[in-house]
Amino acid sequence: MTGHIARIRTTRLIVGGRDITVTAAFVSLIVLLVAVAALTSDTFLTQTNLTNLLKQMVTTGLLAFGMLVVILTGGIDLSVGSMVAFSGILTAGLVTGLPIPVAMIIGVLSGVGFGLINGVLVSRFGLAAFVVTLASLTTIRGLAFVYSEVPIAPEDPAFFTLGSAMAGPIPVSTLIMLAVFAAGGVFLTRTPAGRSIVAIGGNAETVRLAGINVPRHVTLAYTISGACAGLAGVILASRVGIAQPSVGVAFELDAIAACVIGGASLAGGRGSTRATFGGVLVLVLINNLLNLYGVQSFWQQVLKGLIIIAVILVQRTNRVRG
Amino acid sequence: MSLELRGVRQSYGDVEVLHGVDLTGRPGEVLAVVGANGAGKSTLIRILAGAQRMTSGELRIDGERVDLRSPHDAHARGIRTVYQELSIVGGLSVTENLLMGAFPRRRGGLIDWPEAHRRARELLDSAGFGAIDPRVLAGRLSVARQQMVEIAKALAGEVKVLVLDEPSAVLAGSDLESLFALIRRLRERGVLVVYVSHRLAEVMELADSIVVIKDGLIIATTEPAKTSEAELIGLMAGRRLEQIYPARREPPAETRLEISGLSRRGEFEDISFELRAGEIVGLFGLVGSGRSEMARCVFGAEPATKGNGAYRSPAEAIAAGLALVTEDRKRSGLILGMTVLDNIALATMRENRRGPLIDAAGRRRRVTEMIDRLSIQPGRCATMPVGALSGGNQQKAVLAKWLLAGPRVLILDEPTRGVDMATRVDIYRMVDDLARQGLAVLLISSDLTEVLGATDRVLVMREGRLAGDLRSETTTEDEILAHAIGQAA
Repeated sequence: MTGHIARIRTTRLIVGGRDITVTAAFVSLIVLLVAVAALTSDTFLTQTNLTNLLKQMVTTGLLAFGMLVVILTGGIDLSVGSMVAFSGILTAGLVTGLPIPVAMIIGVLSGVGFGLINGVLVSRFGLAAFVVTLASLTTIRGLAFVYSEVPIAPEDPAFFTLGSAMAGPIPVSTLIMLAVFAAGGVFLTRTPAGRSIVAIGGNAETVRLAGINVPRHVTLAYTISGACAGLAGVILASRVGIAQPSVGVAFELDAIAACVIGGASLAGGRGSTRATFGGVLVLVLINNLLNLYGVQSFWQQVLKGLIIIAVILVQRTNRVRG
Repeated sequence: MSLELRGVRQSYGDVEVLHGVDLTGRPGEVLAVVGANGAGKSTLIRILAGAQRMTSGELRIDGERVDLRSPHDAHARGIRTVYQELSIVGGLSVTENLLMGAFPRRRGGLIDWPEAHRRARELLDSAGFGAIDPRVLAGRLSVARQQMVEIAKALAGEVKVLVLDEPSAVLAGSDLESLFALIRRLRERGVLVVYVSHRLAEVMELADSIVVIKDGLIIATTEPAKTSEAELIGLMAGRRLEQIYPARREPPAETRLEISGLSRRGEFEDISFELRAGEIVGLFGLVGSGRSEMARCVFGAEPATKGNGAYRSPAEAIAAGLALVTEDRKRSGLILGMTVLDNIALATMRENRRGPLIDAAGRRRRVTEMIDRLSIQPGRCATMPVGALSGGNQQKAVLAKWLLAGPRVLILDEPTRGVDMATRVDIYRMVDDLARQGLAVLLISSDLTEVLGATDRVLVMREGRLAGDLRSETTTEDEILAHAIGQAA
């Protein structure tokens, strides 16, 4: 009986977009991470570190939202890391000849284009998402190097504005990411297209028979993911001040991890923006902590992997117990 | 070996499908089991095969009570089952399919292929299917030959009971002769053959005894010499005098759907009919007659190869006022993980908007009204996952989704399968109300009583073709079944 109630409660938390009730354990985990960080490290609560933290979560955050949309349809997008590199280097290369905002928009549009291609291949040609986006992972990475083998560092200081400007204590880029999450939450819960995307992951045949164009919505999901990756690439290049064709390797893994930590089902149909945002926080906090402790980077990878598994296990047990 | 079932009952959830079946089979007997769709034949087979544990009752082998725990258990006791759905692996050779899991080994553990092929050959020969080469890929064989491989596979080892589920459905001519010859040889060897079939001519030719199953009960036990095909049809159809169907008296009005010459290769051919406003038309056919495929094609879910009147896509069909409540609500009617609200609103999201957003308050109001109108239980279920509702209420939720779209033509595919009697009555009332309001309804069903009781007219499909168009007032269950089986005068 308890199991039954628990199931209903979690499903409700996840499906209706009424994810306000994100499990208490999940919230306490984030609070715990912050508390541990604040107590054990002198630098955690400094202005510099917090600002850094806020800026660092932008890339993971944007990619995780795009990934969530794709995962909800029951797909996966492995190519986002390569799109980050491509859009960054394209934008940095274009600023010499074009106004900066135009270059940046073109950078974002490159992600939109790649996402559209991924989406069409998956939805119209019926190819497996894993295979399609694995192929575009290597193709787009290759294109980034073809465009410029060496890093490009624009000299115009206006190029850095997007990634470094502050609105009071909060970086503008962080606000952009938050705005994407807010708009994304409304999109997924309150618009016909968003509900259709969630429903497709639940049961595509039912959706098709309800007269909804399934391929079009699947394509839309990959396009959104591409747009997010394009935007993330532009912001990252602007923040670092230099665009590298080699940046973004394995970024897709963090994005997927954030969704999964947030309780999204890789089978599709289940997942929420709020919980995914929580997943992003967990990941970024773990990274930040390990950095502050001066843990060697290879060990950081090991620890991060173990922590992700632990978090998912806790989420799972929590769900079963209700 | 003798086999005995006593008081076997089987329930799925709240629905009991076998109500105490008694059955006896003796060694060296061909026992035919006949009955209409949904009579309980498949459940009975699954119980004998060990694939389903009976809710109550007992199974005795040679007088000793036995509990079949798994298909493996049944197999070990010499009970072999060949299902209608083939389990052949097309990408493997006939030999591999036949010996799966029991390959002869050389010293060192490698498979001894010459020996394996020899054993496969032996198995096929002893079954009388010598024409099949064990070395070819099973997928290259015709469906009939695959069926024969399946039967040969069931004969490996010591067989005491062989259960055949519609074995002749895909066989014809000399293949069918080989099967009959095999069954007769098995009978001489003392094997009990349980032969489940729609084809009454075969049953009359082969069987030593015949049991008729209807609505989960054995209603007659007889022998070919003491009965006739006509009598069997009468028994299968049976009669039930329950006042569960509303009286139908509405005169049909203008044509709402006109289908002519509709065909889809391999599924159905040259189907023509009309649906008029205010009319409930039943569509009856045995499993495999192509009725669901035809309905899906009319709705645009699958393209037609020929003919007029079908829509090109579900979106187009919906825009024209069609609604299709599919047969399998879990696979194509509902999104089990989503809420009742999301499910019911699915087909009408675009119509109910405020700017780019879904009109949340309006949607909730419309869905709640629909929940009340169809009395979906529990009453405050809008935010519950639809998977938490009972089968009957899930069915009502699918119906609610389509009623919100305000259809002019409603196609219902087996709307009462797995639904309890109370909900059935609700559904019949509602369908009747809708027809009174001017909807045209196509009710696809394998339940003869339903297809006759709830409709004005009955279309019968057989092997992909329209085999009859009968007035419900004047026809009988016998006549409908006779058209469906192909015995009509």
